[in-house]
Amino acid sequence: MKAKSIKVDYLARVEGEGGLYVKVKGRQVVDVKLKIFEPPRFFEAFLRGRSFREAPDITARICGICPIAYQMSAAHAMENAFGVKVEGPLRALRRLIYCGEWIESHALHVYMLHAPDFLGYEDAIQMAKDHGDVVQQGLSLKKTGNELVTLVGGREIHPINVRVGGFYKVPSKGDLAPIAEKLKRARDAALETVRWTSKLPFPEFERDYMFVALRHPDEYPFNEGRIVSNKGLDIAIQDYERHFAEEHVQYSHALHSIVRGEGPYFVGPMARYSLNFDRLSPLAQEAAREAGLGPVCRNPFQSIVVRSVETLYACDEALRIIEEYAMPEAPAVEVQPRAGNGFGCTEAPRGALYHRYRLDDHGIILDAKIVPPTSQNQKTIEQDLWEFVPKHFDLPSDKLRWQCEQAIRNYDPCISCSTHFLKLKIERE
Amino acid sequence: MAKKQKPKLAVWKFASCDGCQLSLLDCEDQLLPLVGQIEIANFPEASRAVVKGPYDLSLVEGSISTPHDAERIHQVRRASKFLVAIGACATAGGIQALRNFVDVKDFVSIVYATPEYIDTLTKSTPIAEHVKVDFELRGCPINKEQLVEVIGAFLQGRKPNVRQHSVCIECKRRGNICVMVAHGTPCLGPATHTGCGAICPSYDRGCYGCYGPMESANAGGLSLVWEGLGANQSDLVQIYRTFNAYAEPFYTESRIHESKEH
Repeated sequence: MKAKSIKVDYLARVEGEGGLYVKVKGRQVVDVKLKIFEPPRFFEAFLRGRSFREAPDITARICGICPIAYQMSAAHAMENAFGVKVEGPLRALRRLIYCGEWIESHALHVYMLHAPDFLGYEDAIQMAKDHGDVVQQGLSLKKTGNELVTLVGGREIHPINVRVGGFYKVPSKGDLAPIAEKLKRARDAALETVRWTSKLPFPEFERDYMFVALRHPDEYPFNEGRIVSNKGLDIAIQDYERHFAEEHVQYSHALHSIVRGEGPYFVGPMARYSLNFDRLSPLAQEAAREAGLGPVCRNPFQSIVVRSVETLYACDEALRIIEEYAMPEAPAVEVQPRAGNGFGCTEAPRGALYHRYRLDDHGIILDAKIVPPTSQNQKTIEQDLWEFVPKHFDLPSDKLRWQCEQAIRNYDPCISCSTHFLKLKIERE
Repeated sequence: MAKKQKPKLAVWKFASCDGCQLSLLDCEDQLLPLVGQIEIANFPEASRAVVKGPYDLSLVEGSISTPHDAERIHQVRRASKFLVAIGACATAGGIQALRNFVDVKDFVSIVYATPEYIDTLTKSTPIAEHVKVDFELRGCPINKEQLVEVIGAFLQGRKPNVRQHSVCIECKRRGNICVMVAHGTPCLGPATHTGCGAICPSYDRGCYGCYGPMESANAGGLSLVWEGLGANQSDLVQIYRTFNAYAEPFYTESRIHESKEH
């Protein structure tokens, strides 16, 4: 029988370098490989010997799209090691800057990277020729997210104001007033985005995923909570490595993650949403229902709607934080290093981001482990393709290839993060 | 229909975090007007469409750290009329150049269970070490306004107006109180290339050198000031050894203090 392959040598509209290889024999898929060839940069190695104080700034450089996520996971892990708790307005400011990153990152993905797939455009710029107002709306939403990160963090990419214990300088209540006005407009735009994305054409595709995300007693999760799944997992962050394992496969520079004894799992907006719908603000819940989403979403193509709901939530939550904010007396909590292990897991725009450090009594890093969201999703992405391709065998090769790309972009994969990931090749036999 | 052809822009990625090329998409107000003047011909992070080269302007992000990339950069050069290296990875090797101080095999085995699957070079090096670079834009990350200036200058056929002095001068212009003199906070501003907007001192923290050394930086003199403020040799090794560790004189200065540590 003739061999056929679908091959995407360099996957576009993802962050970083990767490819996809799918091999088909007759009407059966025989191999799927998500290849990540982003050059390894060895962060976990050169973190050894560095001070705990440097970890937020150094690990931010793993990803230019979600530096806040790295800074937050690193800072929380260090504070965990030293027995420090950051509370009150400093804690609220951390949620606030994270809201900015979610808005910026989600708007980028929804409008610039993912929406063109649904409407048949190669990119957002071509889409802008026919849907100028839509792209403009996306850009302005993204801009507000970036402005919020810049206000609290100093700049949008690799912000400079986050430190273990809090910040270097905190804004006054008055400093936050102008961004609140912009966030109100962004909230309206995000509501429009939920409505607009809900009308996009979605392929019928659902799987019974194992969703994994943080869950907090009374908040939609950013920085704190227990790691839970829809299959009964409910653990403290520090027990992560007992329940999750990483594997090194030859065709990927990103380690593959599994739940020990169970297999692949799903992190990111759809997992977070499906495990925490009840923690969304009333406005976000109502918008999700209106968009036809139940409290659980299992169609990864609808992740674009979920991302929009989260963007709406982030605007809403940012406004709540600003309203209740009172400037703290000190920009940071005093931190005294001590020897031990520190664990941090926060919700990056793309899903759970785990950090673990072993430190000496001066706070020097002896050993580091970082598990980014995209490497956790690799196996699940591959499994989606194992199921998706056979249902769409009759499509012309070009169209099938594009739909496979779209199926990967459902995850907003950040390859730069995961190696610390896409070529697409489908081979038919 | 035969209108004058727009210049073709390509964006290339090597070892990096994606932040510098994201800066282009972060130009929310300028992006759509820009594509009126320039054709985005090859920019995989933004588009699946690829227009064939040659390209009038190539922006190159990232450092050279694998045998494959050491080959690929020559192809990029051949396909590009002007080549601009953007960001600390492309201009100095980036944070991944910390491998240049150790045996890279040790790094591979710390991160990967099966080191033989990994094909990497012993050093992470800037683009200019491999091919001719027409302009270098510094920073980790680059400043997006400077990026727009560089693209604008290219469109108008002039030299980019990008200042070369230290962060100190920018900091004074902002009217900041000197964090080093007034608060005793160690600051790399006197030796660091301008462009960031002196953000760190504006947020009550010392500069940590993410724009790399300015030309003719007096790192030795600055180290003495730091020592006066209580920095020990290992602090000095670390402060020069971050995102521009492989750029002179930061490279040599960290080596000097490393030898004094022992």
